[in-house]
Amino acid sequence: MTATDIRASSETLLTVEAPKKAANMGQVVRWLILFLGGIVMIMPIVYMLSTSLKWPHEVYNVNLWPKEPTIENYTFVLEDGRFYGWMINSTVIALITTASNLFFDSLVGYTLCKFRFPGRYIVFIAILSTLMIPTEMLVIPWYLMSQQFGWLDSYWGIMFPGLMTAFGTFLMKQFFETVPDDFIEAARIDGLNELQIWWTVAMPLVRPALAALAIFVFLGNWTAFIWPLIVTNSVEMYTLPVGLSSFGDEADVQWELIMTGAAISTIPTLVFFLVFQRFIIRGVVMAGLKG
Amino acid sequence: MGFYKNLSIRQKQIVWAWAFLALPVVFYVVIRFYPTGNAVLISFQDWNLLGDRTWAGAENYLKLWHDPVFWKVFRNTFAYLIIGTPVSLVISFVIAYHLDKLRFMHGFLRMLYFLPFMTSAVAMAWVWRWFYQPVPIGLFNNFLAAVGIPQIEFLRSTTNALPAILAPAVWAGLGFQVIIFMAGLRAIPKSYYEAARIDGVPWWTVLFEITIPLLKPTIVFIVVFSSIGFLRIFDHVFNMTTNDPGGPLNSTKPLVLMIYQSAFTDFDMGYAAAQTVVLFLILLLVSLLQLRILRDR
Repeated sequence: MTATDIRASSETLLTVEAPKKAANMGQVVRWLILFLGGIVMIMPIVYMLSTSLKWPHEVYNVNLWPKEPTIENYTFVLEDGRFYGWMINSTVIALITTASNLFFDSLVGYTLCKFRFPGRYIVFIAILSTLMIPTEMLVIPWYLMSQQFGWLDSYWGIMFPGLMTAFGTFLMKQFFETVPDDFIEAARIDGLNELQIWWTVAMPLVRPALAALAIFVFLGNWTAFIWPLIVTNSVEMYTLPVGLSSFGDEADVQWELIMTGAAISTIPTLVFFLVFQRFIIRGVVMAGLKG
Repeated sequence: MGFYKNLSIRQKQIVWAWAFLALPVVFYVVIRFYPTGNAVLISFQDWNLLGDRTWAGAENYLKLWHDPVFWKVFRNTFAYLIIGTPVSLVISFVIAYHLDKLRFMHGFLRMLYFLPFMTSAVAMAWVWRWFYQPVPIGLFNNFLAAVGIPQIEFLRSTTNALPAILAPAVWAGLGFQVIIFMAGLRAIPKSYYEAARIDGVPWWTVLFEITIPLLKPTIVFIVVFSSIGFLRIFDHVFNMTTNDPGGPLNSTKPLVLMIYQSAFTDFDMGYAAAQTVVLFLILLLVSLLQLRILRDR
């Protein structure tokens, strides 16, 4: 290689470099704008947390970091024990509903996917059609039903409408399609009964889908508002959102206390998200695209 | 179990299938289908929860037709849809489109946008309600005062209150839509982009001729999903206007809130049931219309 050749190739390298640098600048600007946008997105959450750490006289100050941070608001809000009760109610209800959905939705999804039996198509269409019925149309009949059977103001009353969902059933059915029939056939030849096949062979193969369903059902029940609001009467039976709503009214203009209540009901899901972030986002995509 | 042993494999499967389905079928009949029918039935009756259920014919529907509040509510409900859906669609697409092109701290940025989706609507409604208060309380008006811009009446104005309530609903849903859009963007084969680059096609042509057309299934999903959400808005409105639900002067009241009040404040069950039937029809028509329009193109 002669000297001019080297010069020439280094020059071409330089000319290639220039637009690349411009592209990099573009990427930096893009990153900065998205970063700022992301900060704006979490501002309401940040302000909620910061205000919950402020003394009342400082609430009207827009500074982000409290001058004298205090956990006084938390001790005050938690003192009378109502928030503990609401949190226990919400946790128990969300956990039981999630477990029920994981069990029944996957059982029905599996049956509709892997069995051939008369009536399969009708059951399939019937469950599918319930997706079109809005919950709001059912709350009045559910309320009458609860009143008649004495389910008002009880865990069962809050939970029963959500014990199974058509959404979860179809999500699971989609995922059981990916389980090869040969596996099931092999297990059958090994002498497992159908319940064992479902539980020990098929279920472990759709674990990611179960996780996705669990996240959706749990979050949905943790934040559910309209039905718990209707079905509960006594303060002790409120779930966290219903309790927070009544607490907000009661605290009136004491915004630092309202922000503390809001923080108490938001922190558990935020922590949960930060811990299982990757998992949750994958689950949301899976449920969103397949469901 | 002698009976079971004599069955063929196919027959055994049928027995198992129905054994698995027995409880769920009862659940769907009792908790989904029966109440649906019951809601329609009640909508043709007159009932205040205490007295007798009396036949009312189409009276509830006629009352609804002549109720000025209903038409106000009807307009509000569609205002939430018509503002909320396009705004959230465009914002979330722009974020996803650019976020998709970044690698540096990608996961961190994604987390910032997704975090609001994990919050509860009730908690955030109260946070935004505080933001919207007049000086010296509310955050927004304090910022405005600091830069010398006149105060904005957010929740107390009949024109500003609806968009003010819509904002946190859009905000909370953005993260979900961004994640779905990004999954859609990932699914577009890289070879299309490479071919476009070799041909020297400008970026806006790539965007409008490749990216958006190939994203159509994702766009249809997000439009239908978010429309249903906005038509059913309740938590935000109820919690941001607890002193006068749906106020001021019904300017923010959506159909679900009207249903709630008719049923559980006024105990006019027939009237409320008729409204739920209308809600059902609206949701059905809007979804079908959107699927039709978006699929054809």
